[in-house]
Amino acid sequence: MATSLESSPTMTNDILIFAEQRNDKLHPAALQIVTPAKALAAKTGGQVVACVIGDTVDAAVGAIDRAGVQAIVTVRDAALANYSALRYRTALAAVIAKRQPRVVLLPATFMGRDLAPRVAARTQAGLATDVVELKIGEDGALDVRRPVYNGKAFCHVAFPKDRLAIASVRPNTFPAASGPGGAPRENLPYAATPGDERINIQEVARAGGEIKDVTEADVIVSGGRALKNEDNFRLLFELAKELDAAVGASRAACDAGYQPHSRQVGLTGKTVTPVLYIACGISGAIQHLAGMRGSKVIVAINTDKEAPIFKLADYGIVGDLFKVVPALTAEVRRLKG
Amino acid sequence: MKVLVIVRQVPDSTTNIKIRPDKQDIDRAGVKMVVNPFDEFAIEQAVQLREKRQDVTGVTALIVGPAAAGEALRTALAVGCDDGLHLQDPAFDALDELQLAALIATVVKGGGYDLILIGKQEIDLDSGQLGPALAELLDLPHVGAVVKFELAADGKSFVARRRIEGAEEVVQVNLPALVTADKGLCEMRYPSLPNLMKAKKKPVKVMKAADVPGWPAIAGHLGGTKLHTFQPPPERPPGKLLDGEPDQAAKELVRLLREEAKVI
Repeated sequence: MATSLESSPTMTNDILIFAEQRNDKLHPAALQIVTPAKALAAKTGGQVVACVIGDTVDAAVGAIDRAGVQAIVTVRDAALANYSALRYRTALAAVIAKRQPRVVLLPATFMGRDLAPRVAARTQAGLATDVVELKIGEDGALDVRRPVYNGKAFCHVAFPKDRLAIASVRPNTFPAASGPGGAPRENLPYAATPGDERINIQEVARAGGEIKDVTEADVIVSGGRALKNEDNFRLLFELAKELDAAVGASRAACDAGYQPHSRQVGLTGKTVTPVLYIACGISGAIQHLAGMRGSKVIVAINTDKEAPIFKLADYGIVGDLFKVVPALTAEVRRLKG
Repeated sequence: MKVLVIVRQVPDSTTNIKIRPDKQDIDRAGVKMVVNPFDEFAIEQAVQLREKRQDVTGVTALIVGPAAAGEALRTALAVGCDDGLHLQDPAFDALDELQLAALIATVVKGGGYDLILIGKQEIDLDSGQLGPALAELLDLPHVGAVVKFELAADGKSFVARRRIEGAEEVVQVNLPALVTADKGLCEMRYPSLPNLMKAKKKPVKVMKAADVPGWPAIAGHLGGTKLHTFQPPPERPPGKLLDGEPDQAAKELVRLLREEAKVI
């Protein structure tokens, strides 16, 4: 049953961050959430405490230490080698019970989105997901800002006072933090809750080989139905390779079978927030804009100068993608020497 | 084996969102409401199980919302759900996602549901909280963002594929369990007019706050967040259109991305 933290007399002013790792590789978003955590801790007068859950996590612990956190709590166990919603909620709730933070931040990644609601329900906290701004309000409670209606509006979320506040933070919203390192470390044993073994991970299948997933890439080259067929996406893959980018696609292109739905960016696809998004032959239907409008810099290449994508684009080229994209690839390659 | 599908009613994705003058919500006047697209995938999966499997004896669709939300429930019944449960009380309007999870958990606990299906997120608030939180409160395992679902022949477990960054996880879970549906699981069939008419005859149980055991204390011990100060998204400064031949335009774009935007 849930562990009550409500009105806990022992609640500290600390900010706990969930430092997500897979295969001992820290997720880049974990370094980013330390940045708002430090700002919150400066206001509450508490410490930034990192929590690393897994089996072998030495490299991940080293990486989060260099973000300048003030303490690191690990939960290491062979049973935690792969992510399981049940085992990880048990582990994270145990760290929360031990450290009694005032605020818990997770990255709004696949893992963070899956884990945060379970942990919030278990610890009887308040929760806001995918937040882009965080502050401690005048009443001392957390207040955050987040996109709603697929980015067509933003709203604030006020947390109740005297109750644990949990927020997942949208990746690529904050810069990665750095610091001196050398934070004290503590390991908590993994004390399984009966039933934790009910989720049995059979296989983790890497998809797409060396090409990155759209949700973890800093640069995305994306194509629409104007690509005409699967084979023509080769042009985008060539540019993506030069830019170390992922390849995305519109719903129209995925529905037409040019690319798998795992690459679909948009309302019913993936929401992405890369540093650079290059939309090739994408007109900019609301469905698509919902998934990529949070990108930092947007480039549009389209033959139709009235296409809605140009309203959102920082840079636009009105032209034939079959000529422009190879020229871009050649230019990037030339500059790289 | 009994299946429960959670349905949300949301503004159509093409709706132009306007913010109320007091900034405390969006302006809902004249907004077209539809079944949450991710919940459609969950509904279709439930209905397909009902059709293909003798051992699936019933699919109940549950919605929390005002009388008008009954329309979304009727869509679920028209495509093949057997009966509906409509939690309808103005007192439920103020609940946040975690409190909604607590409400639903209280109502369905002991209902004998072996499988609960729900969309991975709702496209109005985009929070994605309800599925995993409900699983936690019901002490069920959950598998999130599922793109493929196969029920074992003995009906005691399933294998699901779920998307994670750049990979897919294959997960085996014993029932009872909760699954959240992602795009790719299945597309909901179109509710035909005759079936929409027939759906009006399917049983829908309406529950008020007074019918919920332990209300309102069950929602008082968690969540409690309040939305405020709605704003339009920040305006993007007007972009630069690059002219000229493809080679020239490409060169200029790469220069601007390096020197001005500093992103490559």
